[in-house]
Amino acid sequence: MLKIDKEACIGCGICEDTCTFSAIEVVDGVAVVGDNCTLCGNCVDVCEVGALSIDKVEKKVVADLADWTGVWVYAEFRDGRVAPVAFELLGAGRKLADQLGVPLSAVLLGSGLDNNAQDLVAYGADKVYQIDDPALTHFTDDAYANVFEDLIREHKPEIVLAGATAIGRSFIPRLATMLATGLTADCTALAIREEDGALMQTRPAFGGNIMATIECSTSRPQMATVRPLVLKPNGRDDSRQGEIVKVTPDPARLLSRVKVLRSVREETNEVNINEADVLVAGGRGLDSEKGFEMIRELAGLLGGATAASRAAVDSGWVPYPHQVGQTGKTVCPKVYFACGISGAVQHMVGMQSSDTIIVINRDENAPIFDVATYGVVGDVFEVLPKLISRLQDQRAGEGDN
Amino acid sequence: MKIIVCVKQVPDAKDVRLDPKTNTLAREGVESIMNPFDRHALEAAVVLKEQYGGTVTAITMGPPQAEETLRDAVACGADEGVLVSDRAFAGADTWATSYTLAKAVEKLGEFDLILCGKQAIDGDTAQVGPGLAQRLDIPYVAYARKITECVDGVIRLERLMDDGYDEIEMGMPALMTVVKEINEPRVPSLKGKMKAKKMQATVLTAADIGADPECLGLQGSTTQVVKVFSPQFSAERCMLTGTVDEQVDQLLVKLEELL
Repeated sequence: MLKIDKEACIGCGICEDTCTFSAIEVVDGVAVVGDNCTLCGNCVDVCEVGALSIDKVEKKVVADLADWTGVWVYAEFRDGRVAPVAFELLGAGRKLADQLGVPLSAVLLGSGLDNNAQDLVAYGADKVYQIDDPALTHFTDDAYANVFEDLIREHKPEIVLAGATAIGRSFIPRLATMLATGLTADCTALAIREEDGALMQTRPAFGGNIMATIECSTSRPQMATVRPLVLKPNGRDDSRQGEIVKVTPDPARLLSRVKVLRSVREETNEVNINEADVLVAGGRGLDSEKGFEMIRELAGLLGGATAASRAAVDSGWVPYPHQVGQTGKTVCPKVYFACGISGAVQHMVGMQSSDTIIVINRDENAPIFDVATYGVVGDVFEVLPKLISRLQDQRAGEGDN
Repeated sequence: MKIIVCVKQVPDAKDVRLDPKTNTLAREGVESIMNPFDRHALEAAVVLKEQYGGTVTAITMGPPQAEETLRDAVACGADEGVLVSDRAFAGADTWATSYTLAKAVEKLGEFDLILCGKQAIDGDTAQVGPGLAQRLDIPYVAYARKITECVDGVIRLERLMDDGYDEIEMGMPALMTVVKEINEPRVPSLKGKMKAKKMQATVLTAADIGADPECLGLQGSTTQVVKVFSPQFSAERCMLTGTVDEQVDQLLVKLEELL
């Protein structure tokens, strides 16, 4: 709990101003903490008279942290191929491992793994632990978590990274619970703290409105999932040498209480917004499904795809596969139009690396303008119809020629 | 069949805004709602109860006002509500939360199925469901999109994957987390609302569930927040000026260059 020393408090209100959660209020010259407090500690840092403290009993350090060394990446394997996110993780993992001066290893689980381990080496792994067993043909939480747990307990890596895919988000939390260690979901940045080599895990928090940097200070391994397309893979280097360790698991650990009867691949008609050169995205400012039609029209004229903020998807104007942001997809098109999108952090982390960002919004203070290459302050209902009609004229003109 | 549904009270995400000047979350006037994914879990539980008989218990961990969410759950078909609430739970991460919920579920006695939403919209971690299953040592499936049948202690379902779906079978007791596609939640009936009004939630404190204080709240958390900040986005921004027509003209020129 946040403790306030009433004697020391001078009622200056700096803590009140600092608190992101409006959890502190100065009442009768003394700071009072409310239920919103998340114990983030920002107020403790700013208090000039040292009146605030967070009541932490020194936590027992569960593991001898120094025994744990090396960076591991889970290389998801399904249908005969390694998921692309594994290569992205190897890119990030390589930097972390180099900074720490430790090896980078990949863990490859599945059936019929062939030469895929060699690919992981080419993308940065020094070592690949692979378990190739028919029992791992289908993904089951029990078997995957069990064999991974055994590998971790035996080799004690200090960091374990995995992709935030359907599979990663399913069994990695179970694995972290088995190991009694911390896991940070959907990180957008990973870094090593210079003083002590701890993994700093940054992710959007509180509905994606702010960022939080999280550490796992008393247990190992430090675990994090990262969404696909957030990190960049290193280039392939076939001259890299690595060791491939084939592991035979304890058969009992391959048993699963969950049976996969059938695994069905569905062809989807959905456009893949990851691949479009031009994305036209709409948000709450479009007001309705009808308003959102303008987005589709503009996208059509520009030969691009339709995207949306979480607000537009939650309102039911456009289906989820079009959602850009922390809880949707991360995209990086040549041109990204943000129309009527105010710019919640959770949206911006998903599109900020687009080559050119064109923002149309009537509120000149909207945070989305912070990432704009070109900004138009104006009503989408005025600007978009004009833009659409001019483009239609152009197209018609081209047709005449 | 005894079904437990885990629900969480969350701030309505579309109302939460960061005030760029003060760098604080403007929470005033922000409504607290039942986490939307949990509503789908609740609906799935109520449908199972209607099909196979049994009871539905809604359980939540949170401050006293989270009782509102339990009331909402009862209005939508749950039979009872359990509020797991104690100051000692404050600051819990997903690890401490799954511990606390597991102790509470054990306290409630035997069950057949636990249903959770795939994730909460405030944290978006999707970790408590899998963590809870692990602590209770029961099988689980994440991202259930359809429950096919539930007979002789075995449940069959479909789980959504990135590239399709898997047909799954598992013995109960078990846990699953559900995605939106599983159903369309009902609105509360008049009878449900009446029942909700009269509902007395069972309150369980840290002492009631026999929790180890070292495993609770901030103290029991395996992750710690180092800092919270507003991200700095920066771009070489060029604001267009002039009338709307002039701005559209400029945009067309830029588009010509870019595409």
